[in-house]
Order: sequence, then structure tokens, then C-alpha cells
Amino acid sequence: MSELSELYQQVILDHNKKPRNFRKLDGANRTAEGHNPLCGDQLTVYLQLEDDVIKDISFEGSGCAISKAAASMMTQSVKGKTRQEAETLFDEFHQMVRGELDEERDPNHLGRLKIFAGVRDYPARVKCASLSWHTLRAALEDQGTVTTES
Amino acid sequence: MSIAEKSLETLTEGAVWDVERIREDFPVLKQTVNGKPLVYLDNAASSQVPQMVIDRGLVYLREEHSNIHRGVHYLSQRATTAYEGAREKVRRFINAREARECIFVRGATEGINLVMYGYGRKFVHEGDEVIISAMEHHANIVPWQMLCEEKGARLRVIPMNEAGELLLDEYEALLNERTRIVAVTHISNALGTINPVKEIVARAHKQGVPVLIDGAQGAPHLPVDVQDLDCDFYTFSGHKMFAPTGSGVVYGKAELLEKMNPFQGGGDMIRTVTFEKTTYAGLPNKLEAGTPAIASQIGLGAAIDYLESIGRERAAAYEAELLRYATERIGSISGVRLIGTAREKASVLSFVVNDVHPHDIGTILDQEGIAVRAGHHCAQPVMQFYKVPATARASFAFYNTREEVDKLAAAIEKVIEVFS
Repeated sequence: MSELSELYQQVILDHNKKPRNFRKLDGANRTAEGHNPLCGDQLTVYLQLEDDVIKDISFEGSGCAISKAAASMMTQSVKGKTRQEAETLFDEFHQMVRGELDEERDPNHLGRLKIFAGVRDYPARVKCASLSWHTLRAALEDQGTVTTES
Repeated sequence: MSIAEKSLETLTEGAVWDVERIREDFPVLKQTVNGKPLVYLDNAASSQVPQMVIDRGLVYLREEHSNIHRGVHYLSQRATTAYEGAREKVRRFINAREARECIFVRGATEGINLVMYGYGRKFVHEGDEVIISAMEHHANIVPWQMLCEEKGARLRVIPMNEAGELLLDEYEALLNERTRIVAVTHISNALGTINPVKEIVARAHKQGVPVLIDGAQGAPHLPVDVQDLDCDFYTFSGHKMFAPTGSGVVYGKAELLEKMNPFQGGGDMIRTVTFEKTTYAGLPNKLEAGTPAIASQIGLGAAIDYLESIGRERAAAYEAELLRYATERIGSISGVRLIGTAREKASVLSFVVNDVHPHDIGTILDQEGIAVRAGHHCAQPVMQFYKVPATARASFAFYNTREEVDKLAAAIEKVIEVFS
């Protein structure tokens, strides 16, 4: 079991306190809501998708530090990316937090998102870290609402 | 001499509460979590099981395992005797008039659903009303909502004040000739409030309305006398009162249980079956279809023996003192807001810390070996009332100590430090 400080790193605490792209997006053409019924986390992801490119993205909602920081950094890392690139990033992120990808050895595009690697030692928190990504996917696929229990 | 025998022998009435001695009875408490001694403060979700109860379950599995009520053979008779013996212990525990008024169910959720299906679906009709309270667990909201939706009936809710106390005058105003049943909790699992259930029952009875009490938190922490309360139904879960999961009871007054429809159909609940018509068995079998959780229910009987051996009143008094200490200790930490400050409380301390999400509190506490519940406690309307997404909840049992409360306080200080 890793130390607590590996989960609650300064960067994560900072994004929790001052989440980036934390607003409603005027001009969004896709939105989706995500719920984690286990802890009551809920967030909305707004997308401005043009020709399969994420021109702009934002989110709103409430949740724990892990889910809020993950959402904040998700928006930063997919802005300007194509739909396919965002999907790939989600797959890699999801594998990393579930301990199925070694972010140091396996090839990946995670970059600053590697900071969430510590989540793999807290199985109860994997859903917190991935909620915003599930919601992003729902927005990309125009699904409306997702829940981590499905 | 087994641990169980020892505990019965050494814990005599009037002795001081030797919590270290009590803790010896609970093997699960002897472990470490994340390198720290386990501090188990999630008793409102599920309490721990004493060795005596574990031993009794093992006897069934090793020596008595068989089906009940239908074998003429030796094992079945032994199992049936043990199972019905547990029912008699339950009767004594809640002071029911007759053992047949104590129906074995999987837990309080099933108990409430049994009453909803068996009583509610038969006697609640279009335009009728069902009363619950603002502090109910989802288990005492959703079944009644389902009923009201099906029947075109109306769900009314007794409001509460900021401290988490029900407003009895408002309750009185809700009662009317359309009210068919009142369903309220004895102790709120999210707030710890002890409701004046005897008074609630008396007021409903003036209008001829029956009352169900959700005793999931009540039975483990307070002496319960269903005749004194005069409640019509009382339900509780074994796993919240030191017995295995899958055990539980719904008590009902015999005349009401007799009038009710069966809950589930199947074996054991019939008198005769032909393809044209089935006649039902008498109580309690009419309401217990299929093979039950025999080992668990026998374990519930053993848990009652255990509670009686340590003294329920003394256990309750110790818990009350511990809750007072915890309320003072945790409540005085700067940044902590207690959720639920009723005058009459038991076992539960719900709180939030600054704007830290309770899930983060739960994870940090877990790293210190402290188990609490973080979330909405299956009481989302309560969270909405207090305008919080969730709370952290420490819930105590008679085996918890002041030192554990001190550890909880230190861990909360750490939460504040991490998120400062």
C-alpha cells in the first residue's frame, strides 16, 4: 500500500481547489451528465465538437477531490484533441488507474495524467477518477447520462 | 472453556463496563489495517460478530445442517429446534406476545417490503395516504413510493427541524381519515436521532392507523418492548446487531399478520396445494416461503443470548457515554460541522469537515486504520435537507473505546492538514 501522499499529491489538491475549465460552456454542442451513485458525485461535461475535434471543453458539478481534479485535468488534456485521441487517452488512463498499465514502462500518451497512478492502490476510488472520462465519452457519443454503476 | 462461556461467566450485572474484556469476544477487532490497529466505527452499516455467534453458526454447519420443518429425521429435527429456538429468543428480546408474531426475513429491507406487499397492497387504495418521515433510509421510502405509484395513493412526509428532530405537531396535522399506515424509523441511520416512537404510535392509533417502526438502528442500541410501544410492526436486521448477514425479523401483531396477503409463494408457506387452489399455512410459515438463512437466523438467536449476557441496558448506557465523549471531542475541532444534533441520539456521529468531500475523509481515515462510512447513507433526502452531497459517519458499538475516539479526532486533524 502506497503512502497517502501519493494519492493526494499537491497537483491534485490544487486542481481540487481551483478546478480548470470549471464553468458552463456557451456554444457547447454536446453535453453529458455523469453520476456516481456510490458517493453522490455528479458532473456535467460540455463539449464544442467540430469535425471530430474537441475545440473547447468544460465541466460543472460536485464531487470528491479525486473526481474533481481528474475532471479538471481531463479537460486540459483533451482540449484540441481529436475524438480518437481522446478515446485513446481514456483507455490508457482507465488501464493505469486499474493497475493494468505501467505508466513508466508501457507506451502511452498520459503525460501529466500519470499523477493519478496512485489511485490504483485505492480500488474504491477508481470510479471517482474515471467518472469525468466516462462522461466525456458519453458526450462524444451523444448519450446524455452515464452512471459508474452501469 | 470457550470464549463464549467465559464471557457469560465473567460479565455479571453491576460490574463496571470492562471494554477490553468485551473486545476479546470479537475476533475481527484484533487485526491491523494499513499497519494500524483496526478502529471499527461503521457499526450502523454492519456490526461485528462475537465468537459465541460464530461458534453457534459452526455447530449448525458441522452437526445440524439440513432443511427445517420437513424432515422426520434426526438432523432436520435438531435444525428445526434450533431455528424455532431462535424465534423464541427474538420473541423474548422484543417482548412479543407470541413467537409466531416474529417473522424471519433477510433483513429490515425485506421486513418493510413484506409489510408493503402483504399489508399495503391489500389495504391501501386510490386516494389513500401513507406517512413516512424526512429522515428515513431509502428502505423505508422506496417501497412506499412504489406502493403509492401502483395504487394512486399519496406519500406524506413528517418534516424535521435543523437539529434533526421530527415535528410532531406537523405529524399530527398529516394524520387524517385517508391515512392507511405510518412508517417511521426508531433511530435515524444518518443522524442518530432517537424518535419518540411510542408517542408516534399513540397518535396514529387515535385515528385507527397502524404503525411500522424501522428498527434497523433501534434494536442494536436500545431495549425494545413492542407491547409497550404498542407498534403494529417492528423490523430489524441481524447483521447490525452482532449476527450474520441474511438474518432479520419483522414483528407484527398477530391479527394484522393474519389479515395480510402472503409475501412470497412457495414451499413451507402452504397448507394444501392443488392446481385449482392453494390454502396457506398459519403464522409464521405463511410469510416465510422457501428455505431461509437457517445458520444466520440461529446466529441471530445466539447474538441475542450474547446481548443479554452482557446486559443491554448497560451496553446502551456505555454507548451513550461514548457518544457524548465523541460529540464533544469531534464537535470541538475547528472546521468540523456535526450533522444531526437532536437532544435524543444514539450511536451515530455524522459530520463534514470544511469543504472536504466525505469520500476523501473516508480514504484518509482508512489509511489510519479507521473504518467510517462516507456517503449519503442511503438517505439522500436527508443530505438534500442539510444541503450537503454526503457526510462522514462514525457509528459506535459497546466495544468501541475513548482511545478510538481520540484516534478519530487525530485523523480528522490530519484531513484538515492535507486539505489546508
